[in-house]
Amino acid sequence: MLSYYLQLAWRSLRRYKTLTVLMVLAIAVGIGTSMTTLTVLHVLSGDPIPAKSGKLFRVRINTFPDDRFQPTDKTPDNLTRRDATALLGDARGDHQAVMSAGSGVLITPQGEPMRAQARYTTADFFPMFNVPMRYGRAWNGQADTAHARVAVISSQLNDLLFGDQSGVGKTLQFGDASLRIVGVLGSWDMNPRFYDLSNGEYGDSEQVFVPLSTALDLHLGTSGTMNCWGNAKDAHDLDAPCIWLQYWVELDSPAKVAAYQRYLHNYMALQQQAGRFRHPAQVRLQNVMQWLDYKGVVPADVRMQVWLAFGFLMICLLNTVGLLLAKFLRRGGEIGVRRALGASRRDVFMQYLIESLVIGMVGGLLGLVLAYAGVALVRQQPTEYAAFVHMDLGILLMTLLLALVASLVAGLLPAWRAMQIQPARALKAY
Amino acid sequence: MQIQPILAALRRHRLATLLITLQIALACAVLSNASFLISQRISRMHAPSGVDNAQLAEVSVEGFAPDQASNVNARMLAMLRGTAGVSSAALINAVPFGDPAANAGIKLDPSEQGTHGVMHFYVGGPGAFQALGLKVVEGRAPQAGDYQPVADFTPKQAPVVITRALATSLWPQGHPLGKSIWIGSRRFRVIGVVKGLIRPAPFTSSNRPAQGSIFVPGQPGPQLVGRYLIRVATGQMDSVLERVRKAVRQMGPQVVLDEAQTASVESLHSSYFQTDRSMVALLLGVVAALLLVTALGMVGLASFWVSQRTRQIGVRRALGATQGAILRYFQTENLLIVSAGIALGVVMAFALNVLLMQYYEVPRLPLGYLPVGALALWLLGQLAVLSPALRASRVPPVVATRSV
Repeated sequence: MLSYYLQLAWRSLRRYKTLTVLMVLAIAVGIGTSMTTLTVLHVLSGDPIPAKSGKLFRVRINTFPDDRFQPTDKTPDNLTRRDATALLGDARGDHQAVMSAGSGVLITPQGEPMRAQARYTTADFFPMFNVPMRYGRAWNGQADTAHARVAVISSQLNDLLFGDQSGVGKTLQFGDASLRIVGVLGSWDMNPRFYDLSNGEYGDSEQVFVPLSTALDLHLGTSGTMNCWGNAKDAHDLDAPCIWLQYWVELDSPAKVAAYQRYLHNYMALQQQAGRFRHPAQVRLQNVMQWLDYKGVVPADVRMQVWLAFGFLMICLLNTVGLLLAKFLRRGGEIGVRRALGASRRDVFMQYLIESLVIGMVGGLLGLVLAYAGVALVRQQPTEYAAFVHMDLGILLMTLLLALVASLVAGLLPAWRAMQIQPARALKAY
Repeated sequence: MQIQPILAALRRHRLATLLITLQIALACAVLSNASFLISQRISRMHAPSGVDNAQLAEVSVEGFAPDQASNVNARMLAMLRGTAGVSSAALINAVPFGDPAANAGIKLDPSEQGTHGVMHFYVGGPGAFQALGLKVVEGRAPQAGDYQPVADFTPKQAPVVITRALATSLWPQGHPLGKSIWIGSRRFRVIGVVKGLIRPAPFTSSNRPAQGSIFVPGQPGPQLVGRYLIRVATGQMDSVLERVRKAVRQMGPQVVLDEAQTASVESLHSSYFQTDRSMVALLLGVVAALLLVTALGMVGLASFWVSQRTRQIGVRRALGATQGAILRYFQTENLLIVSAGIALGVVMAFALNVLLMQYYEVPRLPLGYLPVGALALWLLGQLAVLSPALRASRVPPVVATRSV
């Protein structure tokens, strides 16, 4: 029966070529735009570290003095060095890392000065964020306490400085500092760069990693948000009234999360007792996805585009429903003949539904091609996320599913109406 | 033209009529909101910066130790002023459309609760005000004695020049000269008002007005170093920047050019509005596709109705209806459907706008955009129905005598 209906559909579609092309195009354009925008949204709101995103938590506490505290304000993103050092010393998580972004000048083998992006952090950073190593290994906790003059560099920087040889054991001249290279990163791209969103949300990983203690000793240049109150000789000092350090903790079970929450509240209570501030303790512990959501990493424009595209798909579908309806009802005579010859309502319904499905599937396939073209177009845009936008299997299946659902929705009403045509009246009018 | 028969005919095709009306309503809602968003983005791109974008550029260097500041400033300024094509050079902390340097919430009274919005403080060394080419409309420009050492991000207290838009919003009754602006315990006295000066990153949020700029004279030193404003003769921007790049490379390893922040204000403007430009292109694409699909839908439906009613048309023609009458019948029918769609669409347009306002920073849809969307759809409908209606009008009366 199915092949007969397909044959009938094919005949009917060929009979009204322009109309068929019109309907297929409308569905294709609607699905193409929707899927393009959805792909961008899907990529941008994706999980940068799926294996661990539920276990890594950004720690935020509000240690502003009372005259700086507004209950309605958001809890600041960063910590003072004093608080970060205290939390790190207690080491209540499975792993924890303090970090700051920075940059410094390198001299390339060609003798050209070049600015390199750096991350000053503590040893746990590497196991916490699943950072793969190509050569050597990351520094350990002892290197942090010893303020060791060591560095880990990116694969790309290694190739630039040392060609295809390993740079481990060689010396890296970073600004005025001479650092011994202990490790070279494997390929590691976190996009969005969730661990520090203040220096560009998308992009390559840093080229140089240095222990935070060492970077502070050597006064290496930091970058990122520095929010100070009161006067400090150097904003990087241990007791400077400045918030600028990012703090991440890994907690492997819900029980540990609850325990860590209690620990942070206790810590804040101790600070209140010590007279640092009297305002209510604000403690925020967010995992990777909550943190990305809180920071609004997906641009508002992208969300708006998705809405717009689906509105457009709606219009295309309405258009198709209207055209199908007109087309099916025009064939009232034909339907009357079929019914009079013994076809049940169900048969008529199926026949017309299959005709709609054929249109929907052809439109969906064409829409998939358009979505590929759309994604290629998005990649040409000079936005910082452009390079990461790509189609994956999930999106591909979703496109086909959307086409199927769309054509079913579009075909249901016209087929229903066609089925209800009274054979006697239709034949009389014929 | 009687509309009674048209309504009667439409009543027989209630479902199809309802569908096309809904489609037009949705199209109207999306069209008005999209054209509003497009015009909003375009007007942002064309917002006056208050300075001559094509003749100004910033040059940024880094990599030097803080105690080298005076040395670096002296060498850089000497180099820039000595570069052919540069008519003036001065220290500045930020330029329009570049990286912001000092945003702060301001108060008119230190004891005030809350702020009057977050403004950008442009801190400029001697000559920066003149190099920017700002037009003083009230008061005076900073003078030699006004330049004080910068502590953290601004001088501790200083005479400042503000924009006219900011002056009007802070003191609606006028007389801004001599009034004070506070950040914490820092006091800034207004000595002049300029016509306009856009902040480095305008249009980011509603409490950061685009013209919320405050010019603060500051002394070059450890806190005002490394970023320079140059004024370049017309048409020489590219060659001047190339010469500057080369000269900085020769200044040795202690001074490194910050490529991203070395550019003309014009090119900074262009990259700042890049995403807006792609959004406008996308919206235009959607609007075009939307109009096309809607038009094709109307063509398709009208063609069907024409061929379905061929016999009735023949009867009407045989009974004496002119070709014009048949043409007008289908045109009026389309006008009725589109009008109904627009009526519904206006309501939907506002609903959509309210929805957008809730989730995105979108202002209220001005009423002026509704007639634009309505007119476009009316025209589109008439154009779409023209060819089927003409076909209908050419149906010969003899059709009436044939049986199908």
